[in-house]
Amino acid sequence: MKALKNLKKQTKISFLNYGIVILFFIVVQILANLGMLTNSLKGQLIPILSYVIMALALNLVVGISGELSLGHAGFMSVGAFSGVVVSMSLAENVPNPGLRLLLAIVIGALLAGIAGVIIGIPVLRLNGDYLAIVTLAFGEIIKNVMNCLYVGVDKAGLHLSFKDAASMGMAADGKVLINGPMGATGVTKLSTFIAGTILLLLVLVIIQNLVNSRTGLAIMAIRDNRIAAEASGVPVTRHKLIAFVTSAAIAGAAGALYALNYSTIAPKKFDFNTSILILVFVVLGGIGNMTGSIIAAALLTVLPELLRKFSDYRMLIYAIVLILVMIASNNPKLRSIFDGLGKKAKKEEAAK
Amino acid sequence: MLANLINGISLGSVYAIIALGYTMVYGIAKMLNFAHGDVIMVGAYVAFCAITGLGWPPILAVLASVAVCTVLGIIIEGLAYKPLRNATSLAVLITAIGVSYFLQNAALLIWTSNTKVFPNIFADLPALQLGSTQVAPVTLITVLANIVIMLALTFFTSKTKMGKAMRAVSEDKGAATLMGINVNRTISMTFAIGSGLAAIAGVLLCTAYPTLMPTTGAMPGIKAFTAAVFGGIGSIPGAMLGGVLLGVIEIFGKAYISTQLSDAIVFAVLIIVLLVKPTGLLGRKVREKV
Repeated sequence: MKALKNLKKQTKISFLNYGIVILFFIVVQILANLGMLTNSLKGQLIPILSYVIMALALNLVVGISGELSLGHAGFMSVGAFSGVVVSMSLAENVPNPGLRLLLAIVIGALLAGIAGVIIGIPVLRLNGDYLAIVTLAFGEIIKNVMNCLYVGVDKAGLHLSFKDAASMGMAADGKVLINGPMGATGVTKLSTFIAGTILLLLVLVIIQNLVNSRTGLAIMAIRDNRIAAEASGVPVTRHKLIAFVTSAAIAGAAGALYALNYSTIAPKKFDFNTSILILVFVVLGGIGNMTGSIIAAALLTVLPELLRKFSDYRMLIYAIVLILVMIASNNPKLRSIFDGLGKKAKKEEAAK
Repeated sequence: MLANLINGISLGSVYAIIALGYTMVYGIAKMLNFAHGDVIMVGAYVAFCAITGLGWPPILAVLASVAVCTVLGIIIEGLAYKPLRNATSLAVLITAIGVSYFLQNAALLIWTSNTKVFPNIFADLPALQLGSTQVAPVTLITVLANIVIMLALTFFTSKTKMGKAMRAVSEDKGAATLMGINVNRTISMTFAIGSGLAAIAGVLLCTAYPTLMPTTGAMPGIKAFTAAVFGGIGSIPGAMLGGVLLGVIEIFGKAYISTQLSDAIVFAVLIIVLLVKPTGLLGRKVREKV
């Protein structure tokens, strides 16, 4: 009986999350049809979806698996640039933009997932702050390598170089796709709001099913007490790796969606600050709380835009808001008031 | 070769001085103070204004910069970190990031985003001739400052009452409180020392690499943090060793492998060291209890 009740609660939360995403989609469509969306807000739609997906991915690692990752923008970068290469090099063979976007996202996710395996196997042996610093280091390495990466395409296929565009040895009709620190330029914008929404729903299905599965329970058991879980026969590294690689692959998909929304994208975009930005979404939304991640990522992506009238002061205000929210949400007095409210509501529900 | 080695040790000494701030704060408050890199930037700006704006002599400007940063460190700790003393480490981390954003954007408003050229404050001093290589005075002074600071800190933590209190608090906060140590004041003091050192590091860094803008402190901050972890976070000689090694690796990577990939090389070495020795070069292993 109790298990049934718990299950119900989990399903309720899952459906709440799907509901929020669908509601957001409908509201945006209605506003767009009424012409109430400003251009700057319209341009924010796909970044919002990408950041929401990133926040969900990071929450899987930070919240569910309990490991602090400071380099998730690295996976986003891998997904973004492999997505760009796929979409640009297949421009002639796959004329349908929807199919090309799908291929770009799938391959972006796949390559980011592979990067996740390569990074995860050594990294997940470490704990706590050391794991955090190593993920930070990997994020910086990915950014650095992307900065010297040159990719081009001609009739013979793809060409790679780490030196400069000329040393790729392309035929005369070859086209440079990724140009070192300049990144990708002249990208065809493929991402659409509806494709992003579908991706987000799919990601929610994957994450929520993973969290509520037996594997998810094992992952959370490791988070709560690694030694106890190990003693009960849960393979620690394998489960940590499942969470980490899933998260990396999802981040790659988000990266591809994000990159294909712009005509130019530079590797510098996916630096330490982006990793931190996503971590801020996760922490402010509530660690381990997927609904919170969705709302925090969406609101905080729009917030700098809404604060535009404060112009120069907006990032300053953002910083102050961040500090105040952290202090307020950790204030024992305020906490007990909120906990009291929650209990009261539950009691009333029970009385009914 | 020799020139590269000297440059590496000099850059590494700056990292080491910054890393000392990280390592002391981590040792005592168990927090990653990501705002530390931005304190460096503030220190450099204060010195810059004192020298070029007010025309103060360099030594006075450095003292002013140290004073401002020390006070800044105490204020940051009191306003932002003290209310979170019992919060999760992630909450403190995010607050530190908030403080970092705040300092960067405040600097952007006060000093604008225009790059400032930091004056060479040691221009009057003669360069040292070492065989065929010339050693710039700033290089020599950076290395000397590093050694002096290291010795002073070792003396401070092992001999003085306050230093002993710091070590006690970092070992066990509860027991330290019972022994009559004022934990809050000790932590404030640690922040004060760390931030004061950051000011010195800022001046030295900007004298050697004279571009100053609001994000100047970010990358050296991350590198110094890496250095602290590299040497074993929480250990003062570890921070020193990690910093110098990191600087040497960076300069040699730039000179012999690839200029663009030098940061990647630094971080790759860090990862390899951590995989072989997960607590850093000089870190102590803490046994996990069930």
